[in-house]
Amino acid sequence: MRRAYLDNNATTPLLPSVLEAMQPYFIEQFGNASSIHHHGQQTRAAVERARESVAALLGCRASEIVFTSGGTEADNLAIFGITRPGDHVITSSIEHHAVLNACKRLQEDAVGCDVTYVPVDGQALVSPDDVKRALRPNTRLISIMMANNETGVLQPVNEIGAIAAEADVYFHTDAVQAAGKAPIDVGQIRCDLLSISGHKIHAQQGIGALYVRKGTLLQPMLYGGRHERARRAGTENVAGIVGLGKAAELARAGFSNGEVERIRELRDRLERSITGTFDSVGVNSGSAPRVPNTSSIYFDCIEGEALVIALDLKGVAVSTGAACSSGAIEPSHVLTAMGLSPDRARASLRFSVGKQNTSEDVDLLLSILPETVARLRELSPVYNKAV
Amino acid sequence: MSLAPIAVAMSGGVDSSTVAAMLRAEGRQVIGLTMQLWNQRRLAGHDGMPEAVTGRCCSLDDVYDARRVAETLRIPYYVVNQERRFEDEVVRPFISEYLSGRTPIPCSLCNNHLKFDQLLITARQIGAEQLATGHYARVEFDASRARWLLRRPSDLGKDQTYFLFGLTQEQLSRTLFPLGNLRKSEVRELARQHGLALAEKPDSQEICFVPGGDYKQFIDAYLAEQGESLPDTSGDMVTSNGEVIGTHPGIHNFTVGQRKGLGVATGSPLYVLEIKGSQRQVVVGSGDELYSKTLRARRLNWIAMNDDDLPQPMRVSVKIRNRHEPAPAVIEKTGNDEVLATFDQPQRAVTPGQAAVFYDGDVVVGGGWIV
Repeated sequence: MRRAYLDNNATTPLLPSVLEAMQPYFIEQFGNASSIHHHGQQTRAAVERARESVAALLGCRASEIVFTSGGTEADNLAIFGITRPGDHVITSSIEHHAVLNACKRLQEDAVGCDVTYVPVDGQALVSPDDVKRALRPNTRLISIMMANNETGVLQPVNEIGAIAAEADVYFHTDAVQAAGKAPIDVGQIRCDLLSISGHKIHAQQGIGALYVRKGTLLQPMLYGGRHERARRAGTENVAGIVGLGKAAELARAGFSNGEVERIRELRDRLERSITGTFDSVGVNSGSAPRVPNTSSIYFDCIEGEALVIALDLKGVAVSTGAACSSGAIEPSHVLTAMGLSPDRARASLRFSVGKQNTSEDVDLLLSILPETVARLRELSPVYNKAV
Repeated sequence: MSLAPIAVAMSGGVDSSTVAAMLRAEGRQVIGLTMQLWNQRRLAGHDGMPEAVTGRCCSLDDVYDARRVAETLRIPYYVVNQERRFEDEVVRPFISEYLSGRTPIPCSLCNNHLKFDQLLITARQIGAEQLATGHYARVEFDASRARWLLRRPSDLGKDQTYFLFGLTQEQLSRTLFPLGNLRKSEVRELARQHGLALAEKPDSQEICFVPGGDYKQFIDAYLAEQGESLPDTSGDMVTSNGEVIGTHPGIHNFTVGQRKGLGVATGSPLYVLEIKGSQRQVVVGSGDELYSKTLRARRLNWIAMNDDDLPQPMRVSVKIRNRHEPAPAVIEKTGNDEVLATFDQPQRAVTPGQAAVFYDGDVVVGGGWIV
């Protein structure tokens, strides 16, 4: 069966050149990057080259990059590494669970922080004014994502960064879904901490990085050797780091070689075609600034879960929202926070395009979607009542 | 043979896993579906509820087992979340029945509202025309009556038709029970032959969402979680003559025929004869008084005939609980959607809330809920 994978916000395949870059670091160059000898020197050099490449993607110095096991660890390190008991933290209601559940932990008695969750508007945008109003004398950290994983909405991080700088509060942004899709410049954002994940940008699962602005006092979460300038103990995942370095290089190139624009065109065609073909559909956050690869679309009177299964059986992979939340009973916290009814939130599908996708992938989706949606609606008690 | 895909409701047990294997071996295009019905961790540790639970139809272990079977058979497999509907259609009615002095059957509600309703709809939405399950029952089309019939399986010890009396003609027409002609031992043997690792997995017996089988504890924990308080249904314990012989802590602690835990001591054994919900009374008496000659059933569903096809009394066998040998009786209409069954021999512990299922030989004529 021909298959089209359009769930790149869940994970992406390695690009061939990423695998190629990683290949030598399994058998030939296997040294521990902390070792003194030749083998260690080889891998140390590879790790540092990768660090420079990631730094170039984010507009920072190589020494400000801490490699982690992924986006979740980067978010956790940023949040728990900065806060102390009694602090106040500001975040938003639409963060990824890596931030939301870390903040929930902060609120527990054992940790003793206070957290404010700022709301979003009907386009899922955080208002910088809300962030400003939430500031307290003991506010220590603001954590607002750069791009949302479900809707793709780009948050006004530059404005929020300015507010944080003015108030002398640490600013962390989860840029896991922004990296490679929107240009990132930590100097412009004025953030102190920024998380990225390898497998969302065609590197391997199990590698990520946290940008930590020079001079930021970060309490490590893992104790052990003095790896990563004592900010993250544990022998480096050399192959993963090398892959992330290569993926970061390709991500950066994508902004100038037309790749990001090609992805945007695929996404836009998909969106135009769907909204032009079906009744009772619409794009969530359609008029907000968004990353170019993501589209969240509701198909009223349909269980999104059933549509995902039906499409999968015909070879097209999409999702109802965050993969981490699939099977959950509650409708998406992101979509309900922006004001969608629970029914419409459950009727929403996320399409996300990646570098490996071609025009044929979108064609395949568009060719099977009409009969699939028609069948679901035909058998939907709700739809038949509505029409 | 139809080439349309067929969905199999997979619980992670031997029976439904074997069904998937059998249909796959026949060359059918099989889609495995598991309903996620209840979060087993939800009430864990709540008010003395056990911490972790496995081996029930909606536990993570069972989903894991079902997924492994699907991998072994190389069939597409999906978990569909039906927790909301399950809570509304099964869990809450289960609790309110007990609090009204009746003894509910959640499995029938689940079959009627989840498995053969929503899951069948989902199955059809994703491209399947039929749904197969691991129930021990038979379904066949009777051309002379132009009806889909539900029949008891060849292994009467595993008969599950009692829980299936609520199925509509539409549902039966799209249902397959491939185990209807097999004995349990043969099913296990088939599972082994198909290389299913769970061939020796024990049968599940309990109500899937009530860990450890203590429904009173479950009701307490659920209501506490909902921020609702347990309504006070305490009252008098009386004899069949109306003599008050004690008090009881709440009618939901009792079921008809119960002997233990009555909290009163007399010379001879006492049984619960009746629960009078509106008066909050529990009526007790001797074992002899537990026998009834008649019962009334409402909210009827007819399978072997149309709704209005009972113009005169009909001889059937009536099954009044899962572990009950159908007993000869005559059923007759006594009102709109109500039937009176008169047994040849009085039956022990006719229990409101349970189903009365009417059989003509091995054919399920229909059934209703005992009032």
